[in-house]
Amino acid sequence: MASSSAAEGVSMDDDYETLIATTDVELLKRAWRNEKAAPEILRYESKLVSRVNKVIQLMEEIVEEKSSGGTDPLSVSLYQMDLDRTLFLLRSYLRIRIQKIEKYVFHIQKTEELRNRLSKYEKDFAKMCENDLEQHLDESVLSKLPKDYKSVLRQSSMSEEDDMVPEPQLDAFVLCRSKEYLTGIQLEDGPVDDRSKLFEMEPGVLHFICYKSIKALVESGKIDLL
Amino acid sequence: MAGQSNHDLSLFSAEELEFIAEDEIVDIVPNLKMSALNFISGDFGPFTPQIVTQVPLWLATALKKRGKCSICPPQWMSVEKLSQVLEAERDSQEMSDQLPFHYVEISRLLFDHARDNIPDVYMVRSLIEDIRNVRFHKVETDLEAFNGRTIAVKIKNLSAMEVNIVRPFIGRALQAFYKHDSPELIPDPERVSDRRPQVINNAPRRQLRR
Repeated sequence: MASSSAAEGVSMDDDYETLIATTDVELLKRAWRNEKAAPEILRYESKLVSRVNKVIQLMEEIVEEKSSGGTDPLSVSLYQMDLDRTLFLLRSYLRIRIQKIEKYVFHIQKTEELRNRLSKYEKDFAKMCENDLEQHLDESVLSKLPKDYKSVLRQSSMSEEDDMVPEPQLDAFVLCRSKEYLTGIQLEDGPVDDRSKLFEMEPGVLHFICYKSIKALVESGKIDLL
Repeated sequence: MAGQSNHDLSLFSAEELEFIAEDEIVDIVPNLKMSALNFISGDFGPFTPQIVTQVPLWLATALKKRGKCSICPPQWMSVEKLSQVLEAERDSQEMSDQLPFHYVEISRLLFDHARDNIPDVYMVRSLIEDIRNVRFHKVETDLEAFNGRTIAVKIKNLSAMEVNIVRPFIGRALQAFYKHDSPELIPDPERVSDRRPQVINNAPRRQLRR
């Protein structure tokens, strides 16, 4: 079994991923669980989503055809169930992302790295959301405040940084499971004395751990959140 | 959307866990003839009467509801096996690894939809109930061992439903430890002594009316 260091966040190629994993539905389910469990927004699975979208479209046509073509109604309803399950996963995945965007819109908009994780539509949505929220805050409260307190991002003009922007808690604890034997995970943000301690993870064993310390491993697909 | 869970509390709703568990594969014995189904989630079938075939649980229950198959309960769902598991769970503080990750959901789904296919269903049901209780009690005692040094918690063989139950608690507890351990939060003694002296003690007590 290969052991690898946590420091190198090797990003796996999408095609390679498809080869070793089973179906796109399985992959989508993993993306959905990771997205649900991670405190921050993860990279949009654009290739996966577009593949799943195509399959869904194809399946919808097939179901349509079958139901008008006199195939037995039982198998049509089973196909419909399978389709519904995939649709649920996809919708739920996209919805969680939208929830996160709404929640952290100002933070995402001012952080280049996070903005690049969004799909094109999500970027448009974030932009709109930001404008609307700004306008709303301005009209309802900020415009009526003295001039030093008018900023959406800051408490007052005295603040040195943007201190009114909600950010995801990256030190939240998440539950995860590794696929392979991992060594040398650095819990750099742990309590002071343990900072140098390295951490090992056996495959299949569940761990509660600080999201920050395994962030790179989640992004590279070595660890699944659940 | 129905079943969409609140993000902050337990991450997955019971319905969502059931949804995940419904992808587990079970054996069924169909009693109809049907050509193979080429689903998005994989190919299943073809179905021939009396020939055992493997399908995901959701498909099995859908067919069962329409009276088109009988479901073979998984091996671990027998009185013999479960009695062994229960004994093992009682004997040791370790969680047994004999049960699948989704044992709660799978057994629940089978009890709901395929009671007549489970031999000794009442016995099986009460055994699973007992196992759940013993296991959960162990998790609770394990949790008492937490302290400020805990930076990561390793849990062996915890099942999906058990994880979901303890998740909000463990998550918040660890975070609280983590937060109170961080150097920025260790209080500055000067600021503490700055606090107003308590006046209340000196104030004459009002006599209670008899």
